[in-house]
Amino acid sequence: MINYDEILNSSVVNIKPSGIRKFFDIAEQMENVISLGVGEPDFKTPWHIRQAGIDALEKSKTRYTSNRGLIELRKEISNYYKRKYKLKYSAQEEILVTVGGSEAIDLGIRAIINEGDEVIIPEPSFVCYVPIVKMAGGVPVIVNTKAENEFRLTADELKSAITKKTKMLILPFPNNPTGAIMERQDLEKIAEVLKGTNIIVLSDEIYSELTYGDKPHTSIAQIDDMKERTILISGFSKAYSMTGWRLGYILCPAPICKQMTKIHQFGIMSSPTVSQFAAIEALKNGDEDIATMRAEYDVRRTYVVNEFRKMGLSVFEPKGAFYVFPCIKSSGLSSDEFCERLLKEKKVATVPGNAFGECGEGFIRVSYCNSLGNLKIALSRIKEFLKENKNG
Amino acid sequence: MNKKLEKLFKILEEDARYTPADIASMLGESEEKVSELIKQAEKEKIICGYKAIIDWDKVSDVHVTALIELKVIPQKNLGFEEIAERIMKMDEVESVYLMSGGYDLSVTVKGRSFKEVALFVAKRLAVMDNIESTATHFVLRRYKEVGVKLIESDKDDRGTYSF
Ligand SMILES: Cc1ncc(COP(=O)(O)O)c(C=O)c1O
Repeated sequence: MINYDEILNSSVVNIKPSGIRKFFDIAEQMENVISLGVGEPDFKTPWHIRQAGIDALEKSKTRYTSNRGLIELRKEISNYYKRKYKLKYSAQEEILVTVGGSEAIDLGIRAIINEGDEVIIPEPSFVCYVPIVKMAGGVPVIVNTKAENEFRLTADELKSAITKKTKMLILPFPNNPTGAIMERQDLEKIAEVLKGTNIIVLSDEIYSELTYGDKPHTSIAQIDDMKERTILISGFSKAYSMTGWRLGYILCPAPICKQMTKIHQFGIMSSPTVSQFAAIEALKNGDEDIATMRAEYDVRRTYVVNEFRKMGLSVFEPKGAFYVFPCIKSSGLSSDEFCERLLKEKKVATVPGNAFGECGEGFIRVSYCNSLGNLKIALSRIKEFLKENKNG
Repeated sequence: MNKKLEKLFKILEEDARYTPADIASMLGESEEKVSELIKQAEKEKIICGYKAIIDWDKVSDVHVTALIELKVIPQKNLGFEEIAERIMKMDEVESVYLMSGGYDLSVTVKGRSFKEVALFVAKRLAVMDNIESTATHFVLRRYKEVGVKLIESDKDDRGTYSF
């Protein structure tokens, strides 16, 4: 009998499964659950983008592509960043097409981190950063962002987390799960701290297109002197509702891109070909789709925030992504208890805030990727739940 | 048109049962303001009515709908407009549209049987002045009505995989 514990890689074995999983498993066993739990758009991929995928299949464009991705797609990505952010990235040397933002994050971390290097990770944030840093042999250094700062990372918080071993800062804005954004002036202060250091910023901007309000998203790469120390990550999943196509990308300085390409080439070979053809269409003709979906998300966002406030919960107004992060401390329940009971008693799936870092305790993540009709039902169930909990 | 107003109409078009309080919450407006906007739109006949969408096939089988294509020879004093106005006053008629293309007026008619509808076309529509021809198409099955799918529910097909 093999004792698998002895042969398995210990840094993998030591990774805890995500806290969200438990709730998803319960939800899967139940019927008529309204899911405000998933981080996946409810919109269909716009038809013309699907059509481009079908065309690629019809024309039998089903070979491997260049390791870095179709040059036509990289040129479109380059155009998009020039058009939207006035950022210049070379399609030949500074862009890599990946299997989702997920692979992009993995590559960014693995290409930079040596054993023992410290990586600063603001929390609450997406669940993959800490495990990937650990598997790469790095040491996560957690910074807790605060509701009173609108869950933004402040220069002081950053400064106090930096040591001689700091190699990377992960900058996850617009943020999953809080919906926080970093505006130009916030980023300028972060840049001020980083200039003159060798710290690399891994900026996960996958929700950049889902920024609400008057000001469009600003990338840290747009701030003076920051492009040379930034690995910019984005993808098609959220902006174009293309989760299952599995396509994302990295923009970064050529020497880093070259090394990441090696990992990608040997581990993945090339990203899905049909998806790459669809993505070209998305970038060329998808601006209107994004605007339509953003407008719809914005109505839902306003609705959910206002309704939570009417219920008496304190909730910070998210300016990005598609999540609301209300504080549920007034219920007297822990995040886990709240979400489990809400799911079992009222059939509404949400995610406990502590799944995104310990400082998320006392909050829940509510995804508003659902129709207004379903949101209305779900919100009235949450209201009932709060009332019964108070009286009960 | 003002963006807020457009949003308001889209919301009501999706489901007319949203209350002014719901809509106020969605638009970040006061309830009073929303009620006022709705009243104004009703007055201006931008909002023309509120109705339920009923799948009558599930209630009984004595409901027939037909689409009738009318070709019209418009004349002085009796143009498309006048003919359409006469037709729309008939109780059996559900909708009247002026069309581009192969025919002129599209009329939807409701009745209790194929025969009833056919007779309506023969006795009331076909005999009107200036009607060149009619073509009646009976509806056999309704799949979608004013944006609402009648044969399947919009099930959430997302798995629970994304964090
Ligand atoms: C913050 C963040 N980054 C990256 C991803 C990865 O998305 P994908 O791999 O589909 O591009 C997600 C998905 O939920 C996310 O929330």
